[in-house]
Amino acid sequence: MKYFRLIWKNAWRKKVRTSLTILSVFVAFLLFALLSAIGFAFRGGVDVADAERLVVIHKVSLINPLPMSYLNRIAATDGVASVTHASWFGGYYQEPRNQFGQFPVDPDTYFAMYPELQIAEERLKAFKRNRTGAVVGQELAKQFGWEVGDRIPIQATIWSRTDGERTWEFDLEGIFSTDDPRGSTAYMLFQYDFFEEARAFGKGTAGWYILRVANGADPVQVAKTVDLQFANSPNETKTSTEAAFAQSFMKQFGNIALIVMLILGAVFFTLLLVSGNTMSQSVRERISELAVLKTVGFGDRTVLGIVLSESILIMLMGGLLGLGLGWLIVQGLAKQMGAFLPGVFLSPGAIATGIAMMVGAGVLAGIFPAVKAMRLSIIDALARA
Amino acid sequence: MSDILAQLTGVSRIYQKGKEKVEVLHQLDLEIPDGDFVAIMGPSGSGKTTLLNLLGGLDKPTAGTVNVGGAELSSMSNNQLSRWRSNHVGFIFQFYNLLPVLTAHRNVELPLLLTNFSAKERAKRASIALDIVGLADRAKHYPRELSGGQEQRVAIARAIVSDPSLLLCDEPTGDLDRDTADEILRLLQVLNREHGKTIVMVTHDAQAAEFAKRTLHCDKGTLEAKEAA
Repeated sequence: MKYFRLIWKNAWRKKVRTSLTILSVFVAFLLFALLSAIGFAFRGGVDVADAERLVVIHKVSLINPLPMSYLNRIAATDGVASVTHASWFGGYYQEPRNQFGQFPVDPDTYFAMYPELQIAEERLKAFKRNRTGAVVGQELAKQFGWEVGDRIPIQATIWSRTDGERTWEFDLEGIFSTDDPRGSTAYMLFQYDFFEEARAFGKGTAGWYILRVANGADPVQVAKTVDLQFANSPNETKTSTEAAFAQSFMKQFGNIALIVMLILGAVFFTLLLVSGNTMSQSVRERISELAVLKTVGFGDRTVLGIVLSESILIMLMGGLLGLGLGWLIVQGLAKQMGAFLPGVFLSPGAIATGIAMMVGAGVLAGIFPAVKAMRLSIIDALARA
Repeated sequence: MSDILAQLTGVSRIYQKGKEKVEVLHQLDLEIPDGDFVAIMGPSGSGKTTLLNLLGGLDKPTAGTVNVGGAELSSMSNNQLSRWRSNHVGFIFQFYNLLPVLTAHRNVELPLLLTNFSAKERAKRASIALDIVGLADRAKHYPRELSGGQEQRVAIARAIVSDPSLLLCDEPTGDLDRDTADEILRLLQVLNREHGKTIVMVTHDAQAAEFAKRTLHCDKGTLEAKEAA
């Protein structure tokens, strides 16, 4: 700490240059914060996946539905404790930009399958009683200002009704939440029976099945057994863990993790060049001052530490500002995009990674000038001065 | 005079310049008693600054030994020399070499950062050093806000703040006008006479050398004594 003033004063020796460097670090870490939060949203389903649950989808693609007759056959499979199903509805509320997930489900078995979903008992009963009833997650209710008793029209983009209408109306019977802070509740569930009765096509099918593995059963073996019994049928299945299901769902949008990594890689490479150049210039300009420090007794390692600390300090100043503003923007984004892209969140892990990257980038940008300062020959430097 | 503070025995210093070897000091012997104020004069390239660098542990002899205050400098590692310098020697340069980003007070405090003194103790000692050189009222000024003479006084305060026994001055008045130079030289005399500092001063200026107790003439790597001032 006793060297802090010296490090601080040296860092601000050229105010404009340091400000510009800090600005570039700031932009890089702002981008890091935003991309990390979006990446987290895409990864969210994987992180909250339950290993005890398996998902059965059509072997060809998630888009292809499976026959409803599979429900009982899956339920009867060895090692399966319970089973439910869900389908993709794909509609929007009022305007196309208000897109979120809507899933026709069987309320009895679906809520039993997902005990982490919390809903008042009387609300769940009301939902089960009402064929046109629906329940929504609290994120979604908050976004659109919905309350129990509201009538919610959803414009379908896939499923038209038997009467040719594409508007489906639901009575909001309840609002659910989740006890997992990483899990999203930005979706709607409604009665499969109503969906099945009213849809113009695709009757007798479900989008996918979710099964719970019985206590003591091997999930890998159960998945194999389920897929085997539908082998060589027109609708072969692919059974995987929830995590794998979430990942395959994510891949529909492209390899987000790779894209994020490539963008960040390019940004940080440029950042290292910019800040490395700043530090090199800064050290070149004060060769004689560094020689004086060494003359009065500052050791090689102390000089190395002072120059490195200066580089890290500049990174921390810009980086923490960028991460801070990124955090604020992510709070706003989560509110704005909650329904379309739920789970936008700057995790403590991402913040810790960011800070570690600031220190790492500071060391990388400062190491060459710092070593140069450390190896400086006092006599040569003073003679040049 | 009393005990010997610095002793150079058979010291040679040879530099390699390309393929050529240049012998700057040749088997030089020198004794500097404690409390001495010695001026070293001589033409450019005669080895004056090299001699100063050897006495300050900034350079090592090619042959011979350099002993200052009982420490054998020629056998010390770079880190040992750094620690030794911070405790036993103060440097004063022609161009002051103050850090422009720090105030006079912080410049003076710089060598004390290497000690275990508290911030309060460091501040107190820096203030005393500035007081000795007559610049207590300029403590918060930056080097750019000071005259050349004042900058050199701050540099002297920095050199004495850790209370070293030896002060090494390389052309300390070379960048100053006559009157200011004389002020600085009188200050060095005060430090020598009243504070007991041993001073070795390299200079081109014969008038400056007159402020020293004795003058040595350096030429072609050897030393020759001149009459005392």
